Amino acid sequence: MTEPEPLLSVRHLTTLFEVNRKTYACALEDVSFDVYPYQTVGLVGESGCGKSTTLLSILRLLPPNARLSGQVFFKGVDLLSLSEQQMRAYRWKELALIFQSAMNALNPVLRVDEQILEAILLHRLMPREQARQRVHELLDLVGIAPQRGRQYPFQFSGGMRQRAMIAMALACSPSLLFADEPTTALDVMIQAQVLELLKDIQKKLGLAIVLVTHDLGVVAELCDQVVVLYGGKVVESGSVDQIYNSPQHPYTQKLLESFPDLHHPSSTLASIPGTPPRLTELPPGCRFEPRCFARFDRCRHEAPPLRQVAEKHYAACHLLEGKSPNAGSI
Amino acid sequence: METWQRLKRNLSELWQSFRRNRMGLIGLGLVLSALAVAILAPWLTPYHPQQVIRDANGRGLTFAPPSVHPPLGTDDGGHDVWAQLVYGARSSLTVGFLAGFIAMFVGSFLGILAGYFGGWLDNFLMRLTDVLLVIPDLPLMLVLVATIRQMQLKISPLTVLILVIGLLYWTSTARLVRSQVLSIKERQFVARARAIGAGHAHIIRRHILPQVLPLIVANTVLILSTAILIESGLAFLGLGDPTKPSWGTMLNFAFDRNAISNGAWWFYLPPGLAIVWVSLGCVLLGNVLEEMLNPRLSGHHLEGEARILKHGERK
Amino acid sequence: MSSSHYLLRKFAFALLTIFIVILINFVLFRVLPGDPVRAVIGRNVKISAEVQQSLREQFGLDKPVFPDQFLMTMKQWASGNLGVSWSLRRPVAEILWSKLWNTILLIGLGQILSIVFGVVLGLLAGWKRKTALDAAALTFSLIAWATPTFWLGIILLAAGSTWLGLPTGGILSPQNVGKPLHTVLPDLAAHLVLPTLTLTILYLGEYMLIMRSSIVETLSEDYILTAKAKGLSQWQILWRHALKNAMLPIVTIIALNLGFTVSGAIYIETVFSYDGLGKLFQTALTKQDYPLLQGAFLLLAVSVILANMLADILYTLLDPRVKSS
Ligand SMILES: Nc1ncnc2c1ncn2[C@@H]1O[C@H](COP(=O)(O)OP(=O)(O)OP(=O)(O)O)[C@@H](O)[C@H]1O
Ligand code: SF4
Ligand SMILES: [Mg+2]
Repeated sequence: MTEPEPLLSVRHLTTLFEVNRKTYACALEDVSFDVYPYQTVGLVGESGCGKSTTLLSILRLLPPNARLSGQVFFKGVDLLSLSEQQMRAYRWKELALIFQSAMNALNPVLRVDEQILEAILLHRLMPREQARQRVHELLDLVGIAPQRGRQYPFQFSGGMRQRAMIAMALACSPSLLFADEPTTALDVMIQAQVLELLKDIQKKLGLAIVLVTHDLGVVAELCDQVVVLYGGKVVESGSVDQIYNSPQHPYTQKLLESFPDLHHPSSTLASIPGTPPRLTELPPGCRFEPRCFARFDRCRHEAPPLRQVAEKHYAACHLLEGKSPNAGSI
Repeated sequence: METWQRLKRNLSELWQSFRRNRMGLIGLGLVLSALAVAILAPWLTPYHPQQVIRDANGRGLTFAPPSVHPPLGTDDGGHDVWAQLVYGARSSLTVGFLAGFIAMFVGSFLGILAGYFGGWLDNFLMRLTDVLLVIPDLPLMLVLVATIRQMQLKISPLTVLILVIGLLYWTSTARLVRSQVLSIKERQFVARARAIGAGHAHIIRRHILPQVLPLIVANTVLILSTAILIESGLAFLGLGDPTKPSWGTMLNFAFDRNAISNGAWWFYLPPGLAIVWVSLGCVLLGNVLEEMLNPRLSGHHLEGEARILKHGERK
Repeated sequence: MSSSHYLLRKFAFALLTIFIVILINFVLFRVLPGDPVRAVIGRNVKISAEVQQSLREQFGLDKPVFPDQFLMTMKQWASGNLGVSWSLRRPVAEILWSKLWNTILLIGLGQILSIVFGVVLGLLAGWKRKTALDAAALTFSLIAWATPTFWLGIILLAAGSTWLGLPTGGILSPQNVGKPLHTVLPDLAAHLVLPTLTLTILYLGEYMLIMRSSIVETLSEDYILTAKAKGLSQWQILWRHALKNAMLPIVTIIALNLGFTVSGAIYIETVFSYDGLGKLFQTALTKQDYPLLQGAFLLLAVSVILANMLADILYTLLDPRVKSS
């Protein structure tokens, strides 16, 4: 059997933000990864490392001060080469997004079912009556009594709002779902329920998911592949098994050491002293260098390329130089 | 006095970024030039505002256009308009500034008390501002000023104006300062200062005041423009001091004495322009200061799309 | 808090405020120097000492100010008896009633025009933030804010009457007074042009600024990004997701601005000799006709307070968050 084509293939994605006339913040640099059909990819890293920016870059939802380059192939089409009008047809119909806080992601003055219905009707998937029926089914699927769809978002609890958001994301049967920390705003019990729901849905509907999270436990449980970001660059990517059992990059190793208390309220990790670099004044060498326990001279001056270390397992560190010279294959 | 040092540093930083803001500098220029005119009035004109200008035959020059009597002609009584304008700056700015400062003091004082102590005092003050907010201000002031005047107390009309304006326009400052104080009170160091037994007066002086002061300054500048506009309005309606005409009083005279039907534009245009000059200056200045203190949202979601760079294109 | 509870509180607040206004009015009235009988019957009416005494008793002026006189005044005001105007020698209530509609016509026109234009322009300016349109809108509203109402009126009056031949004041030309309304409509319109224009220009800036910041704030919300992620176009987002949210605060602010509008009416009716409550107020002021002044104040204040209460109720009906929380 031949290897399936990736659903989404991000290549050399670079995102800059114009901070003021001469200063640019380099939020993403040369980010590449693949998402295969029916898979869940975990995107992990400290706060501010560019996880949300990655998702918003792919969907092209960033503000006008952003500058994007690279390619984002979705089913073979480079999304970055489309016009805004063409891009709109892809949004939600093919690529849906669940936000960090469902609190404000739903419009407070529109009924929940109207907001779901809107997505279906917008993409002209079915006539209104049938669409209403579908809204009922969707609400039912995520565990909300369909008649509660007549209510407004503020009448929902936090968990219900996130469920409604998931129902909305599924409205057009997208082939890829982005979930940006879908549970951070919720309390622990509800978090587990919502994650369970996501897992369920993936099984039932067979879509691919890119899950952004702080929580390595969640990654272990839900994901097939993991992409570790640091300071806007991919430092390591591979299967869950590879990452958890043979992490190659010093950052990933530290990250796993600090687990399970990775889901820390403060933005920096307890076990790794120091803070991530400022995006407007990045070090010329390895971005992790100031905090790295294994750094050596070369790290200061030269940025390590992403190397293949095993089958579909990549890491960016000078220490891995001897392993397998495969920079640029991805 | 380490906190005050910090305040000084903050203010100098504020000035640094202010210097680069064109709108703010224009505003400052407008306000300062008006102040200069008020202070230098006697040097800017050889005439006294009440002095009647006479022609060669000794007759009063009434409604003389600027071409006949430069720079701004005369009014219906033969008085020099330019002299009235520069001396009028004194009345207008005195009333506006003093009223503005009273409003600022009362508002900041009550705002700090309400925010810091909370409880029934806060409740009472906030309800009071609610009430003052819905009573139409101009009619209230007119009734107040008219009544106070009728009482024949020994206070000058200008003082009455200052007090009435100052004592009615403190509400917005009070609300603003209160909410700022509330958020400062939440912060750590106030709780720490409390814990080590610092007195209320000490905490307010050392921790609260230095932090709300910049906000108060910005707000005061905005209040000044309101006070100057209100003064001109009350004076236009005849509540000014006819012996010390302000710009509003000049407009009252111009309107009552048919400057419009006489086509004496030099009588009714300059005072209004002067009012716009000062109040626009204050608004520009105040807006810029406020914006610098709490920068508004940087953008919104419909402002446009991110730019996608072609292959090889830089930035 | 249920919505009926909320409405009840608003109602109680309105009542309290009206009470405070009445109290202010009463106290100011008593503070005036001279014989209060004069205040009731007018300054220039000649009456004998006995009549004066009997009036004194009739009006309860021999009783203590509080509570007897206060309650008595309350009763009178409640029954619509606001005393007699000194200068016009007619019941104050009757005079106020006769001028009320002229003012409502003027203010109403000015408000509707400025709200419509202000909301639309503010929407465009906020949506297209940092464009030339936005800069122009901001500059205009700053200058409008800094311009005294009456002075703008004077300028428009001078310009309009000189160059456009528009009437310089009043509501109708003298030859048209008393004719049936539909025959004098063009004349009425000609008289309304300048005062309405003045009001509109001034309030336009205000509403534009408010709408602008409201729409900018709304468009920064997360749910707008959701709408964008759904694939909606800019127009669809504006129309379906932003407009209602951005308009809600406007309702309250329009109501709060009514006090401001009343000031506008006083200035503009004075400048254009427009025969309404504002002009009446100014006349009462210059003639020191206290019963008229206080009656007008009472009417203006109570209407603004009630209008505020109505706006609160309207807001409750429009915003689902208040209605059913
Ligand atoms: N519009 C913008 N303009 C300038 N800088 C931005 C903008 N949006 C994001 N950034 C910067 O880009 C970096 C990446 O932000 P991003 O939101 O992607 O981080 P994240 O990994 O999602 O963090 P978190 O876990 O806190 O959500 C941050 O340092 C942020 O300050
Ligand atoms: S390249 Fe050097 S600094 Fe960077 S992670 Fe590897 S060892 Fe550490
Ligand atoms: Mg994020």
